[in-house]
Amino acid sequence: MITTQWSPFFDGWIIAVAAACAVACTLPGCFLVLRRQSMLGDALSHAVLPGIAIGFLVTGSRANWIMFAGAIIAALVTVLLTQWLGKRARVDHGAAMGVVFTTLFALGVVLIVRGADSVELDPHIVLYGALELTPLDLISIGPVAVPRAFVVLAGVVVANLLVITLLFKEFRIAAFDPELAKSLGLKPELMHALLMGMTAVTTVAAFEAVGSIIVVAMLVVPASCARLLVGNLRGMLGLAMLFALATAIFGHLVAVELPHRFGFGSVPTAGAMATVAGLLLVAVVLANPRGGVLAILRARWAFHLRTTREDLLALAWRLEERGSPTTSHDLCGQLTAVRGLSTTLTAHCLRRLCRNGLLIEEDGSMRLTSEGRHQAGSLVRSHRLWEAWLAEAAGIAPDHVHESAMRLEHVTDQRMREQLAKEAGTPGVDPHGRPIPEVDDSGSKGGKAHMRKTKK
Amino acid sequence: MTVAYHRRPVLWDVDLDIPPGSLVGIVGPNGAGKSTLIKAAIDLIPKLSGRVRFHGETYARQRRLVGYVPQRESVDWEFPVTVLEVVCMGLYDKLGWFRRVTRTTKERGMAALEQVGLSEFAHRQIANLSGGQQQRTFLARALVQEADLYLMDEPFAAVDAATEQSIIELLRKIKNSGRTALVVHHDLQTVPDYFDHVLLLNTRVVAFGPTREVFTPKNLQATYGGKLTLLEQASEALSKHGSVS
Repeated sequence: MITTQWSPFFDGWIIAVAAACAVACTLPGCFLVLRRQSMLGDALSHAVLPGIAIGFLVTGSRANWIMFAGAIIAALVTVLLTQWLGKRARVDHGAAMGVVFTTLFALGVVLIVRGADSVELDPHIVLYGALELTPLDLISIGPVAVPRAFVVLAGVVVANLLVITLLFKEFRIAAFDPELAKSLGLKPELMHALLMGMTAVTTVAAFEAVGSIIVVAMLVVPASCARLLVGNLRGMLGLAMLFALATAIFGHLVAVELPHRFGFGSVPTAGAMATVAGLLLVAVVLANPRGGVLAILRARWAFHLRTTREDLLALAWRLEERGSPTTSHDLCGQLTAVRGLSTTLTAHCLRRLCRNGLLIEEDGSMRLTSEGRHQAGSLVRSHRLWEAWLAEAAGIAPDHVHESAMRLEHVTDQRMREQLAKEAGTPGVDPHGRPIPEVDDSGSKGGKAHMRKTKK
Repeated sequence: MTVAYHRRPVLWDVDLDIPPGSLVGIVGPNGAGKSTLIKAAIDLIPKLSGRVRFHGETYARQRRLVGYVPQRESVDWEFPVTVLEVVCMGLYDKLGWFRRVTRTTKERGMAALEQVGLSEFAHRQIANLSGGQQQRTFLARALVQEADLYLMDEPFAAVDAATEQSIIELLRKIKNSGRTALVVHHDLQTVPDYFDHVLLLNTRVVAFGPTREVFTPKNLQATYGGKLTLLEQASEALSKHGSVS
């Protein structure tokens, strides 16, 4: 029943069921992630299997309330057994959960293989689901025929939304500070039980339609993405639902279209959704403006460029101090040799300094402008004050202080300089006997250039 | 009362009567049961035996009279919640189940934040706060509760000068209005400055009473088991206050 041709009816309903499933899961998922209990969703979605199997064995059909009840009971058993093991046997909570859910899942598999080995319920469907088959199982609501799975899952979405909206502040306080909640009489244990119940019902409803892998992914991934991006709970819930929706839509598109492009048949939507969700998380971790990998790399690179420019300025100042005129080639060459940088990078930084009016080239030699001299002087002052301070106040051998000062000079502002000077006893020269330049820090706009705080 | 973890008592036969209107410092070595005492008092930990009464009533009946300030590390400071939202949590019980946080609640939250000097941080996420600001957020949350008795678990632990000052001011305010505070405290030197009563605790009550009478080298020796450096610190502090001859 896998189509490569688009069918508005089938593909429309597949996406709708997938979306309802994803949104239903992400609502309790947000709170599980916040309480660092994401694994519990994983455990529940596997541990309900024996309940489902027994329900199925008793009634012989997949679509019934007894099976549903069996699953809920199995979920409850999981939670209680895990807590009991954790307390009585003093097993770590994660380990207790691992023991309980794998045992129950194995029991479920045995029951299914032994007793109910049929097309309708096999371990394969349990794991990977049969999202593509859901539009075949229709029930009529008034004049329209709607997939049964959609009705169930949409019902769960509404119920979850209702519970969370009504008890929003209770869920928030129970997740954030259960001790305070308890001391205020707000029954965090009750809220925890409610969350477990919500997770169990959602898991069972979703799992029946789409299998356990996607349930686990949808419980955890959209919520984790949203948590990385948003600083308030309402926003996190909203964004997680959006991510869930997007995962369903793109998951199905990818499942149908992508393999087709490379000459393969389409793949199951559930698997594609879980993959899309995983990629989404990778993208968020990389591109997150709040401390994402790319943002950190960018900040580091910007800092690297700034220190290189500042080193060039300070080098020009020192060469002027010695009275030796210098060419741009010399400047770059010396810094490249000392810091082991690429010539292209130093040349780029030098051009930038000239463009910003800190250095000018006259008759083939480089000179500091007055603004450039001021900034460079501040840097050299920072450097030599640090050397003096490290040698005097911190008691480090004078021949070891240069390297540290090289780094510290780039993050030293005017206030730190004043304090350094005070603590080092207002020295006139650094430990190597070179004079520490005085800089007029008052009212210079350029002085700010290296006073910006650096990001990590 | 007696409290035990895994059958090993951590608090043994603690019998106390806290006079209303006093500031009580609870001191004792690590593992002495200081936090446990506070938590057991407000039913966060089950008691093996014994009872706690607030003005003659159980905690469940007198909840509104008691404000609890937990240790800062007890919560996840990366949680997606703003400073004001945390402060308003102190009023959740008065709002009642299912009710939303009202504008009046937020106004009271803002007023409390102003008292601890955190107004400008109200709408920031708590992840952006320094340690001292986190502690002041908890204080503001206790303030909005307008309790008669405050139970504070190490509010002075690793805080900056501004925070220390605002805790002291809060304690004075509590005392001046005839209310009571029990504060778990680590810095022995400041005990005579901050507290009029002191509880020396090490699994059992070593001594309890007015600081001038009870905070003696002998009692401290009994509490800390002869850790000389601490005692030296403390007796130096005591000598400054002239209570040791």
